[in-house]
Amino acid sequence: MLQFLARRLLRAVIALWGIVTIVFIVMRLSGDPVPLMLPPDAPTSEMNRVRAELGLDQPIPIQYAVFIGNVLRGDLGRSIHMRQPAIDIAIERLPATVELALVAFLLAVVVALPAGLISAAKRDSIWDNIAMFFALIGQSAPTFYIGIMLILVMGLQLGWFPVSGRGQGSWLKPGDWSTMLWHVFLPAVTLGAFAMASIARLTRSAVLEVMRQDYIRTARAKGLNDIAVLVRHNLKNAAIPVVTIMGLQFGTLLGGAVVTETVFAWPGIGLLAIKSIGSRDYPIVQSAVLLVAMAFVFVNFLVDLAYGWLDPRIRYA
Amino acid sequence: MAEPAVVIAAPAGAMRRSSGRAGYHLRRVPPVVWLCAAVLVMMVLCAAFAPIIAPMSPTDQSLLLRLKPPIWLPEAAPGYMLGTDQNGRDVLSRMIYGAQISLSVGLLGVLIGSVLGTILGMLAGYFSGSVDEVIMLLADMQLAFPFILLAIAIIAVLGPDPAGSIPWKLIVIVGISGWMTYARVCRGVVLTIKEREFVQSVRALGGSDNRILFRHILPNILSPVIVLATLDLARLIILESTLSFLGLGVQPPAPSWGGMLGQGRDVLETAWWVSTFPGLAIMLTTLAISRSGDWVRDILDPTLRSG
Repeated sequence: MLQFLARRLLRAVIALWGIVTIVFIVMRLSGDPVPLMLPPDAPTSEMNRVRAELGLDQPIPIQYAVFIGNVLRGDLGRSIHMRQPAIDIAIERLPATVELALVAFLLAVVVALPAGLISAAKRDSIWDNIAMFFALIGQSAPTFYIGIMLILVMGLQLGWFPVSGRGQGSWLKPGDWSTMLWHVFLPAVTLGAFAMASIARLTRSAVLEVMRQDYIRTARAKGLNDIAVLVRHNLKNAAIPVVTIMGLQFGTLLGGAVVTETVFAWPGIGLLAIKSIGSRDYPIVQSAVLLVAMAFVFVNFLVDLAYGWLDPRIRYA
Repeated sequence: MAEPAVVIAAPAGAMRRSSGRAGYHLRRVPPVVWLCAAVLVMMVLCAAFAPIIAPMSPTDQSLLLRLKPPIWLPEAAPGYMLGTDQNGRDVLSRMIYGAQISLSVGLLGVLIGSVLGTILGMLAGYFSGSVDEVIMLLADMQLAFPFILLAIAIIAVLGPDPAGSIPWKLIVIVGISGWMTYARVCRGVVLTIKEREFVQSVRALGGSDNRILFRHILPNILSPVIVLATLDLARLIILESTLSFLGLGVQPPAPSWGGMLGQGRDVLETAWWVSTFPGLAIMLTTLAISRSGDWVRDILDPTLRSG
């Protein structure tokens, strides 16, 4: 198990290094940010001074080495426009995104697992058909379209939910929960729709798949009822692909947050990244992308561990 | 990293108790698949014959006819079936032309991704060792990263394709978004095939690596690749429309479904039809593709078929 852990950890670290490199390359391709930061009539000497200050006058390999060293120390430079440490600005936005992604994920799992189980248990019933119809819609409709339709119907026509922004308050105070939930609901449904659909479909097919195994037939043959068979013999085995897809879906959620946050003006890290790309504020984009990617790699790592726990064969693969 | 192949390996359709050859299935095409095929044929026809089918020009503006509702609502302008947008352009005509963009970007993207992924996956599986390590590391890296962020960053850096030209940058970006899935699946298949007797005997007879790869291994991985490509197409169409929605894909005034939604969002309160219908088009298309993709998988890929 320890060796398995070490191997997975190594892969996670390599993935992170790759991300840092990709971010560096992409951001350096984008040209010189200095003219954006200074008034158009700034003298060349002033431009050169700022360039030197930002380290942009160094050769690329040195910039890269410096960059890696800085990343390791958690220093991603100062925001070009806001003159604050970029990582601070990005971290400030992180709770909003994590809140959105977590609520979306919980919502997806809470709806999808029972839906998938019922669909499998009552295969070809009306419930199965309804659930799978919605799952198909959830997998086919683009995130932003679901968001816009929810805004249109639930927000503008019915007026049940706010159409943009995050609730003022804190999850730590139970008194604020209603307003927080009220604000996060539509964005979370939007963001979670795809994950919900995928998890439901996969749960259904994973349970059905296990249902066909010999040991399930044995369990039935010895007279266990359906529920006992499902709970005692099926769920843990069906859980392997389901946990995998849940992990993958959480990553997709982090990516999808960019779009959802744009649609709902949700003040998270995705919106920050999009806006900073517009203003060519590299350090902020770097910080935002790195933070999201780190979260993604971390989640994948946890999924791998869960995987090894659920199916010991995987540890030795 | 977690294996994305699982996503493909066990969707709902795979459970169908199917057996026999393709001909058997063709005689028993489920009605739903016929419906999906009809939708897709309609979309392809729209794309191919847009100038003939579209009742109006997709770009002609009319200030007097701004934000007219669809024909069945009061105050509709005659001839504008699905209403007009804020520039007085016919929504239906723009949607018909929009099919051109969505389908061509999607198809070209799939072509790029599948060819790239298949070749890399074959090389990784066949040569093992450091080639394998490097390719799979690249795949892991890209999987370790929400692609939409990367796409947004690249486009923001390179600038979107200029309006009115073929959106090559967009096509390439959309194309490279999914090569890893092909590569992983192909690698897995090659790993098992290359030890089989027929490959061993070709090698014993002096067949070159090239010959083994392209004459003997490639035919065996074509059907999983086709299955993946079918399912991938829907994802790419959504990616393209997402980027266009964010203003980073196809630039106005070219009519793309995602772009129409992005513009329609600004007038959502007064004119729901501007964004609702193009979104329906995206959804219908991707729904039809993934539903028929499931069916194609059941037929083509014996390894994913159960029963």
